[in-house]
Amino acid sequence: MSEWIEACAADDIEEEDVIRFDHGGVTLAIYRLENDRFFATGGLCTHENVHLADGLVMGKTIECPKHNGRFDIPTGQAKGAPACINLKTYPVKVEAGRVLVDLA
Amino acid sequence: MSSAAAPRMAAGRDYSLVGAEARRAEERGLASATWYTTPIPRKQLKELMRRKDGPAIRDTALWIGALILFGSAGVLLWGHWVAVPFFIAYGVLYGSASDSRWHECGHGTAFKTGWMNDAVYNLACFMIMREPTVWRWSHTRHHTDTIIVGRDPEISVKRPPDILGLLLNLFAIKTTWFALGKLVLHARGRLNAEEATFIPEMERHKVFRTARIYLAILAAVVIACMALHSWIPAMLIGLPTLYGGWLTIVFGVTQHAGLSEDVLDHRLNSRTVYMNPVSRFLYWNMNYHVEHHMFPMVPYHALPALHEAIKAECPPAYPSLLAAYREIIPAVLRQRRDPDYHVIRVLPATATALPADRLATAA
Repeated sequence: MSEWIEACAADDIEEEDVIRFDHGGVTLAIYRLENDRFFATGGLCTHENVHLADGLVMGKTIECPKHNGRFDIPTGQAKGAPACINLKTYPVKVEAGRVLVDLA
Repeated sequence: MSSAAAPRMAAGRDYSLVGAEARRAEERGLASATWYTTPIPRKQLKELMRRKDGPAIRDTALWIGALILFGSAGVLLWGHWVAVPFFIAYGVLYGSASDSRWHECGHGTAFKTGWMNDAVYNLACFMIMREPTVWRWSHTRHHTDTIIVGRDPEISVKRPPDILGLLLNLFAIKTTWFALGKLVLHARGRLNAEEATFIPEMERHKVFRTARIYLAILAAVVIACMALHSWIPAMLIGLPTLYGGWLTIVFGVTQHAGLSEDVLDHRLNSRTVYMNPVSRFLYWNMNYHVEHHMFPMVPYHALPALHEAIKAECPPAYPSLLAAYREIIPAVLRQRRDPDYHVIRVLPATATALPADRLATAA
């Protein structure tokens, strides 16, 4: 069953950037890629507990700010050492300029 | 800077990753801890982290071009004394400039294009005899737990310091001796106990495969020398790690030697040293070491700009290599008889200090 939570305004995130969103003990990273495509993944690098929101978005890749762990944003797939475990991804939709994330 | 000495640690500390200090670091919350970071506006940090291929392609072309030029001149003049300066230059580019190349490309920041980082990383790793998979993971730990005793596998100047080892490493003798031993171990499909703490199971097959390739290359060089009745193949591949490695240690020791251990603030355990443009080319700006540790995803070519952005929050940079060594040499010599002694970097009065409860010292 879906549990859509409002994370932020779409304009809160610059294009090709990421912000942190905490809700109910869960930390997420909310991304805005080219052409206003929004995505959400787990907010902490799976290698070590570092916030991905401090990292760099390059195309559709997020790079951890600490150790160069990289993940494919749409799929959460780890793209090589030291990131070896995939990120969890969450469905995202934009309604009336607000970004909603399904935490179910 | 000021200095500190306490009478606790006369026998020195256990730097092993599997000993009592390793357990102690975890108990004290020093493992994978949260470190001080100078706040930088997101927009500015993104610009600083932005990747480019241009600077590293230019610098790599210069580096490889100079290697070919000096190596060729050395070979053509072989047997005459005028070959010596060419081999000295070749050796420094091979055995010392490779240090910063493996390092920057290992972080994945030197180039924007991934395969370029990987190619230069693997080449430079071989030049300096650092196995790429082992050092990728070792360096990851170094950045997680910088100069945390029992956690950081890359503490090069321990307390009490191994002065003889440091002197031998001016020609990479000790490091290469251990590197060869590890190559043999890895080629046999084994890791030592410390390596097993930071290299994941799924990566170990790469260690074993690369060790066999390294040994095969070195064996081919020996065979070539014997077949040609000449030292030239070894002077070009293998030996420059030794005869050209001196600048690695001269630059590398400035990074952390003599400073605090077990503090969660890179401003207190790392040095930024101003260097001339030639040294910064050879070292790829790793002299901005506080900045590199605080923001490891900022490429080497953006470190001077990062330095400008955060320097008000940092202790003053050392004005020269000489100034750094004026502090390091007395500190390291004193640590031989007083291992607890270390230099304490003083933050500017206006800087944000790390909360006292996170300023863990070797208690």
